[in-house]
Amino acid sequence: MPDQEKQPYQSLLTGKVKVVNVGLEGFVKDLRDCDIDVVHLDWAPSAGGDPQMAALLAKLGV
Amino acid sequence: MKLIDDANQQALARILEGEPRLIDIVPARELMPGLKDRMILHAGPPITWDKMCGPMRGAVAGAIVFERWAPDLKAAAELAASGGIEFHPNHHFGAVGPMTGMTTVSMPLFVVENARFGNRAYCAINEGLGKVMRFGGNDESVLKRLAWLRDVFGPTLGKAIRACGGIELKSIIARGLAMGDEMHQRNLACSSIFLREIAPTLARTATDNAILADCLAFIGQNDQFFLNIAMAMGKAMTDPAKGIRGSTIVTAMCRNGTDFGIRVSGLGDQWFTAPVEMPEGLYFAGYSEKDANPDMGDSAIVETIGLGGFAMAAAPAVAGFIGAGAPSAAGDFTRAMGEITIAQNPEWTIAALDFAGVPTGIDVRLVVDTGMAPVINTGIAHREPGIGQVGAGIVKAPLACFQQAVRAIAGDLGVS
Repeated sequence: MPDQEKQPYQSLLTGKVKVVNVGLEGFVKDLRDCDIDVVHLDWAPSAGGDPQMAALLAKLGV
Repeated sequence: MKLIDDANQQALARILEGEPRLIDIVPARELMPGLKDRMILHAGPPITWDKMCGPMRGAVAGAIVFERWAPDLKAAAELAASGGIEFHPNHHFGAVGPMTGMTTVSMPLFVVENARFGNRAYCAINEGLGKVMRFGGNDESVLKRLAWLRDVFGPTLGKAIRACGGIELKSIIARGLAMGDEMHQRNLACSSIFLREIAPTLARTATDNAILADCLAFIGQNDQFFLNIAMAMGKAMTDPAKGIRGSTIVTAMCRNGTDFGIRVSGLGDQWFTAPVEMPEGLYFAGYSEKDANPDMGDSAIVETIGLGGFAMAAAPAVAGFIGAGAPSAAGDFTRAMGEITIAQNPEWTIAALDFAGVPTGIDVRLVVDTGMAPVINTGIAHREPGIGQVGAGIVKAPLACFQQAVRAIAGDLGVS
């Protein structure tokens, strides 16, 4: 991979890391214990991840 | 889906436009032509004696002795077990009842009329704290109090309510929310406002000063007195929203100590049930969760109209009382319930949330989509009959009820 394509990703690790945590809140404490800035987004998949129910809800307008 | 959205707006409008008014107290037999001797109405969805929990059985035995269908509690339990008593949910008779929710022919019931739609709903008089039938109590003191409610208090208060032309209820709720009530586990403000409104007429219409003093003291000493009025109000407000095809709005939530049941507007009187959950909360001294009975009561009708756990932000003191976390976090409960409801009630606002209205119109689709179950503030009964209340807490409605309802609505609309 050419060096110029690596650079954007490398900068993520060389600078201060900021995290948006989506879903499981358990990761937030571990990151904060490492002095990392975290914003938590309380999210769960539709219908607890049940694809059939999620599809039915979509048809019912959710 | 437009059909559902339109139906839900219609159901919501019917709930919000309700004009509930307490108009009387009348013995159940005069209000319910279908209610006969040896019939008992109970809280929650339908249930048979063999599936009833301890406090429900204790209350049933007490109610049988109260009505003199058996000479003592042992004979009463035998009568019930032998099939000698017919059981029906309060909801099937236009009524609601807290905890065990006993309603029998001679019990005096609050009558709440919804003037906007012309329907009425009923609820028994709150017995107070301590040993009471709604928590499964059935000893001599419980039956003696019920007899006084039937023979003295009910007729006296009913006369006063009629004499003052009835009492408009929505404004009492609005004031109560501003004074720290959520109308399920805290009714201190609303009970006080009610007493302030009825006391002058009660004093004018009571025929005996000693009876007047007893009635005033009974109301004044019971912080939960207004709960049963709020429940009848909730039933009177939600019944007009029943039977709107396609609507996914919940019109009733209740539990009988064994099962939790809901009704959904678009499916009329059909029940969707699942095993009821155990409340989580705080216990009185000497009791713990091992003493607790699974949740009971028709009282979740107040959550169905946006009060109780849905209005927790208005009553931060309750959050501590029921072990639901810090009072400062009470707003989180109300905000969370906003995720599963389609509107706010502009007449019932909460100052702590910058006068946002209580979340109203529980949509079964949103409950299933988010996985967030309705939160209900509740009392906790001892699992053994005859002991009574041992704590207070919160309980979550089982998601299975809402999943069943979503599938049934889809089936009704031909969606698969």
